[in-house]
Amino acid sequence: MSKEVLVRVENVSKKFCRDLKTSLWYGVKDLTAELMGGRKGQSELRPKEFWAVKDVSFELRRGECLGLIGRNGAGKSTLLKMLNGLIKPDTGKITMDGRVGALIELGSGFNPILTGRENIYNNGSVLGISKKEIDKVIDEIIAFSEIEKFIDSPVAYYSSGMKVRLGFSVAVHMKPDVLILDEVLAVGDSGFKIKSFNKINEMMKNAAVIFVSHSMPNVAIISNKILLMEYGQMEFHGEDVSTGIDKYFDHFGGNDPKVEFDEFAQVEEVTVASSEKYINLEGMPAVDYQDDLKVGIRVKVDPTIDWFHVKVQLTDKDLKIVGIYDSFQFQEPIQNDTDIHQLEVVIPNCIFINGEYSVTIFIQQRDMILKKWNLLGLYRYWTKFRVKASDALGYVPAVVYLPGRIESIVK
Amino acid sequence: MERRVYTPHSNIRKPWVMVREMARDIRKGNDLAKRLTIRDTKALYRQSFLGLLWAFILPLANTLVWVFLNNSGIVSMGETDIPYPIYVFSGTMIWAIFMESMQAPIEKTTQNKSILAKVNFPREALIVAGIYQGLFNAGVKAIILIVAMAIMGYFSGWTLLLFPIGVISLVLAGTAIGLVLTPLGMLYTDISKAIPLVMQFLMYTTPVVYAIPKEGLSSQIVRHNPITPLIMTTRDWLTGMQPEFLNGFLWMNLIVVVLLAIMLVAYRLAMPILIERMNA
Repeated sequence: MSKEVLVRVENVSKKFCRDLKTSLWYGVKDLTAELMGGRKGQSELRPKEFWAVKDVSFELRRGECLGLIGRNGAGKSTLLKMLNGLIKPDTGKITMDGRVGALIELGSGFNPILTGRENIYNNGSVLGISKKEIDKVIDEIIAFSEIEKFIDSPVAYYSSGMKVRLGFSVAVHMKPDVLILDEVLAVGDSGFKIKSFNKINEMMKNAAVIFVSHSMPNVAIISNKILLMEYGQMEFHGEDVSTGIDKYFDHFGGNDPKVEFDEFAQVEEVTVASSEKYINLEGMPAVDYQDDLKVGIRVKVDPTIDWFHVKVQLTDKDLKIVGIYDSFQFQEPIQNDTDIHQLEVVIPNCIFINGEYSVTIFIQQRDMILKKWNLLGLYRYWTKFRVKASDALGYVPAVVYLPGRIESIVK
Repeated sequence: MERRVYTPHSNIRKPWVMVREMARDIRKGNDLAKRLTIRDTKALYRQSFLGLLWAFILPLANTLVWVFLNNSGIVSMGETDIPYPIYVFSGTMIWAIFMESMQAPIEKTTQNKSILAKVNFPREALIVAGIYQGLFNAGVKAIILIVAMAIMGYFSGWTLLLFPIGVISLVLAGTAIGLVLTPLGMLYTDISKAIPLVMQFLMYTTPVVYAIPKEGLSSQIVRHNPITPLIMTTRDWLTGMQPEFLNGFLWMNLIVVVLLAIMLVAYRLAMPILIERMNA
């Protein structure tokens, strides 16, 4: 089922200039060279220039979806602009076959004074959909946008949500062979989001899709190929989407350990016990899927405090909180009767997905009269551990792998 | 299936491919240009109470000023073959047609900067839309002029049929000159800042508000000004006079057509480089 290659990118690079005045002057030079016909590949950097995109190559066939990920400024948008033909590469070659549809900005060509209906035609013609084609689908577009009531009011009176709905509805009604999506799935309210997600899935069947997003769950759901960019270069490219996503998360040092509060409680050590299976593994402790997660805490609490509770918060690499344990829910407070407490929190049956997690410890006290929490100590991302589930499953857009079983029931 | 190839090489090196792609884009862009013209024209008049009247309020005010200056003897405008108010009113209207067309390319490109940087559509459409809008505005002005002249009791006769040719020449000439300035003007704002200044100077070296001086240096300057034949011939056709600069007019048209073709190519080639450098 190898379908035709629609996008072919060969050793493409693009340089940018850091300084505005110099950049404009280079612009004049490039302009002259272009008009004189003397412009060709420029593989040398001029002063104050850097590679925004360097040596990127990939191919994409119909029916494939490439997730293009990377940190801000990694060169994703520059690459998209070259693919879309807005700017020229400085080296290499890009070949695009078929109609290219780019959902980068919604509602291009809208004029606020004109009505929604008139603007459907304006937006459409900017996107390359002729009036005839729009005449055929205009009812569908209006229905999809769900703003029938306001379609004959000026767009200036629309809410911002209504504007993107209308823009999205027009954009998805072109039938592209190559579809470029740049963070547009996040428009509208939840209901509309689901609808647009389904619509895009439908479009993807007949197109080669390049999908740029910072939402890894979305990337994992949609893409079957991945390209991770870092400083303009390809850091990872392949069909192993979950490895690409893992490598992407590796770039964030955002969860460095940090003492946020230690006035009344000082945590001296936090440990996570490795599962027996992984006891000899180097690096951070590893916990086997469905094993008990055991967090050891050595803490010193100010003598003026009589009782305290412990809260353990687990965060994944995306800084999403995936689980919280609070002793308040399960037992009486711990009495502060010794100098140093050696505690162990046992969380049975750890079912988190494969990946790295950080542990944040809250030591706190419940004020029963005012019904509020008093913070005694807060140690954020104090230690890290890894959950090892079946490698074959890889990154999934979920927090846990649900344990369960399946049986055939004979009726 | 349509194929697009992007390389760093200047497209001018493959002229046939470029011309073919241009032809395709101009054809496709024509629909878009019509759409944009309708959009901008509708929007222009929908939010205005006086609407079309604005097309003549400013030139009328201008005319009154010049008529007052002339009558009071503060400045002398020279002998005109037709009544001075008609001379100056038609002159300012015709000048406005030229001026608006000249500003259109740079204005349209700036206005649509953000779309240019995000959507790949035939760029020529913006220029063609500018020409359409120039012609539409000129049409409105022409009707106002003819009606105003009729009210003043002035009828010009059959040469009126040639007047549209003059208007089209003016719009195309303005567009071509505007296009020359656009690429640099998109990079440096100095260009759009300097245009009003230069245009003012240009207006006073063109017989818009005064008759061509009989002799002297100023006469030489006005006679050698390339815009003079366009303005004079158009006005002569409007007012039914014998066009004095017909030869110059024809030559200018030839030059304008060639220049326009060259500049459309240049605009197309320049656009990716400009988008790269402009902040949109």
